[in-house]
Amino acid sequence: MVWRKSGPQGAQRGVWVIELNDVAYSYGDGELLGELSLTLPAGSFHFLTGPSGAGKTTLLKLCYGELLPTAGHLRLFDQDVRSLDRDGLAELRRRIGVVHQNCQFLDHLPIADNIALPLTVAGHSVADEQQNLAELMSWVGLRARAAALPPELSGGERQRAALARAVIMSPDVILADEPTGNIDWEMSQRLLQLLVELNKMGKTVVIATHDLGLIRAAKTQVQARVLRIANRRVQLAGADL
Amino acid sequence: MRLRGNIHKISGFIIGDAQAERAVPPTGFTARLVVFAAAVMAFLAVFVLALSVSAGKLAERWEAELAQSATIRISAPRGQMQAQTEAALAVLNTTPGVAAARVLSDAEQRALLEPWLGTEMPLADLPIPQLIEVVQTPAGLDTEALRLRLLGEVPGAVLDDHARWRKPLAHAAARLSALGWLLIGLIFGVMAAMITLAANAALAANATVITVMRLVGAKDSYIASAFVRRFTLRALSGAALGMCLGVIGLLFLPSGSAESGLLSGLGFSGASWLWPLGLPPLAGAVAFGATQAAARRTLKELR
Repeated sequence: MVWRKSGPQGAQRGVWVIELNDVAYSYGDGELLGELSLTLPAGSFHFLTGPSGAGKTTLLKLCYGELLPTAGHLRLFDQDVRSLDRDGLAELRRRIGVVHQNCQFLDHLPIADNIALPLTVAGHSVADEQQNLAELMSWVGLRARAAALPPELSGGERQRAALARAVIMSPDVILADEPTGNIDWEMSQRLLQLLVELNKMGKTVVIATHDLGLIRAAKTQVQARVLRIANRRVQLAGADL
Repeated sequence: MRLRGNIHKISGFIIGDAQAERAVPPTGFTARLVVFAAAVMAFLAVFVLALSVSAGKLAERWEAELAQSATIRISAPRGQMQAQTEAALAVLNTTPGVAAARVLSDAEQRALLEPWLGTEMPLADLPIPQLIEVVQTPAGLDTEALRLRLLGEVPGAVLDDHARWRKPLAHAAARLSALGWLLIGLIFGVMAAMITLAANAALAANATVITVMRLVGAKDSYIASAFVRRFTLRALSGAALGMCLGVIGLLFLPSGSAESGLLSGLGFSGASWLWPLGLPPLAGAVAFGATQAAARRTLKELR
């Protein structure tokens, strides 16, 4: 299924899409995350906060299978990530849209082709999905920039393009790592709005961020849980947020 | 059914996936390197193949000619030479397996000795043995029985069935043929190494492309196919070019008569001209394997 703003959306609400059970992750000798137990239900909205180097990005990487836990069990869509072969992992990633702070694109292709890349690699014909692609580009405000190459885009446009690419396959989960890190307040509010809209469509959204203003703004629009990583553990953040 | 499936796979590979192709940016330098390497290697392979085929055929022909013939050498005092020669011919006329027997004339014998002794030597004064050329029937003759008969009836006759020449020739032909194939193997081994280096360079240069494609859910086979197809087609086209140039080069070599030796007779004849046509597909197969292995190795390092 590809992105449709009004189509059937997301995994069934209430089902766990990401489950971490006593997960630990170590880089070399140092343990970055330890005894981490967490369940993210379908359709939920989570913020992940914590000081720099606390392991937010690492946790997100675990959540889309780029890293494997050094201990414990991690299940994505009820599948143990360790049991997945490389093709299985690739197929699982089509259900997870990822937005990085420094989003990478194929610089030789127009941004429209970059946004359509998940369709291409999944074997869909881009020609058949032109209408959906155009609708998605309008939604993120990039319709007029379709032919531009990625290096020609501003920081905000790149973030919106990354978000469009992340959702074009209509994934069940959207993981965003500091999505507003390189953009101004106005643009970050626009991006947040898009993520909130996606959540309202039933997508599970996890945003790793330092930006407390963004969290406060989101809490006025959506029921969001805030998780804080500190001392290698995840805690539910206090009401002050 | 299976053949049709394979044809479908090969045609699908040649036609390619335009969308996947676009994902990998053009790599100008490595493209030219692969085409050049494949062309040079195919050019060399044409000559090695020609050498191997020519040497094999020449040795086969020599062996066949020698195997079908024998020589009787009669050494006798001048007064008895005629009588012994006639006696030997009489023996040969009644020997099964002898198709023809012919006494070499003085002129023919002189012509055989001239390359070693020159034209000035007064050969008529030398005690030169009389030679009789024996041509065997396809069934061949019993050389041992003939030897015994000659021993009894022509005391000065010695039968030479060329066995001592045939063995080293057969041995040399086998070695030359093996050496040719070894050289072709080495040429394609070097081609595989060069294509692996070029593919590794292209894969390293496209690390970001590969990372992005993995991130959005591309399978290894999808990513690898974009590189593999590109390198295979480059090697195929380069080898086709090199093969054509090699064949043209062979056509310009001096053609020699069958007796003039190996080097002047280097080339193909008849159906053996089809041999070089196998080189481009072989180069394509080598490139396919080398790039596939390089791509798989690189992709395994990524999650």
